[in-house]
Amino acid sequence: MRYIRPLSIEDAVGQLAGSAGMAAILAGGSDLLVRMKGGFVEPDLIIDIKSIAGLGEIRETAEGFSIGAAVPCAVLGENAALKKAWPGVVEAAKLIGSKQVQGRCTIVGNLCNASPAADSVPALVAAGARAVVAGPSGKRTIPVEAVPTAPGRTSLAKGEIIEAILLDSQAPHSGDAYLRFIPRTEMDIAVVSAGVNLTIDAAGVITAARVALGAAAPTVLLVAEAAEALIGRKLDEAALERLAKVCAGACRPIDDKRGTIEFRRKVAGVLARRAATTAYARAGGK
Amino acid sequence: MTGIAVSTTINGDTIEYLCQPDETLLDVLRDRLGLTGAKEGCGTGDCGACSVIVDDRLVCSCLVLGAEAEGRRIETVEGMAHGDQLHTLQQKFLEHAALQCGICTPGFLIAAKDLLAKNPDPSEEEIRFGLAGNLCRCTGYDKIVRAVQDAAHVMKGA
Repeated sequence: MRYIRPLSIEDAVGQLAGSAGMAAILAGGSDLLVRMKGGFVEPDLIIDIKSIAGLGEIRETAEGFSIGAAVPCAVLGENAALKKAWPGVVEAAKLIGSKQVQGRCTIVGNLCNASPAADSVPALVAAGARAVVAGPSGKRTIPVEAVPTAPGRTSLAKGEIIEAILLDSQAPHSGDAYLRFIPRTEMDIAVVSAGVNLTIDAAGVITAARVALGAAAPTVLLVAEAAEALIGRKLDEAALERLAKVCAGACRPIDDKRGTIEFRRKVAGVLARRAATTAYARAGGK
Repeated sequence: MTGIAVSTTINGDTIEYLCQPDETLLDVLRDRLGLTGAKEGCGTGDCGACSVIVDDRLVCSCLVLGAEAEGRRIETVEGMAHGDQLHTLQQKFLEHAALQCGICTPGFLIAAKDLLAKNPDPSEEEIRFGLAGNLCRCTGYDKIVRAVQDAAHVMKGA
């Protein structure tokens, strides 16, 4: 096993692309080191990306925010501008693990670990976040929902690294929210979860919406019909009922020790309702 | 022996060591440097018994590689007391009997130190949430919370 700490993304990509055996990217390590400890992976090469300039920063750009791949989730919670613009995204990131884990874990790691139950992912998808992928043939930007392809699998090709997550500036009169169900009060894996981002007009009518569900299918679900159930209406009881029904129907969950299919479907609807209510209030809707 | 040469700061002292790429910071602290305060409870970041502070962030040292410590500033439980003078938190843990078997205690002390550094006047709820990454199977947590409350009170007055 080799450990390297490249200083540029180009060097990291080159090392990753040129590696013969199994190579792993290390940022926070809160998934990688656990898998190594458990004997599930034994990388030939560990590429620590924390010394690459810019990857440890949250930058405010003309379009919004660029969150580097090595920024710990705790830092997201300490960024007042990000918290104000995207409270749902920050809440979701802050739900991951304990304070000790918060000091290390990253949203890019959460995304690339590709767990269906990843907390930050539905919130990022609802927010329309994009991932900047650096690879041997240059950089490309893809929607966050295009990254996970199956539990534990991503669409990234050999040699590709996600270097940042981009969040646009939040549109005026918009709000986002994320909720998950766990049987404890904190530090658990989502049984099912929902992220909602919406925009309203002066009359309180929803003009744009994105609804994403977590732990409801092999990968995060962006539910277009749920957005359609909201757009063009105020968030009244009828709209909420329709949202819950559509979300329950869109789920393709599994039965496991944490919840049944029936339970996940029901709770997906409930959480979508509640997240939409919070997002609507944050947008200034009454 | 061969290994990765690391130069770091631990409890204010410059420390140099060689480690293997798959060795955790916890392994290095305990097995190479003889700093056995941090304990391995789970080894997977769930229990907090291996908590240390790296560059002012509380982390589980079992989830940090020894090689990652290069150029960092690490605080462990061994750095809390000054000679025979216990840190207020240590003193209050004794007074409140906030421990039984003691395995979790170094992690709790470091986590409480980090908590009070960032929030010198925490509510009981903030203490309970702030220490939720540390598991104790003996005390039921109540005595730990009381000890931290008492320490915060004393440290504020200091």
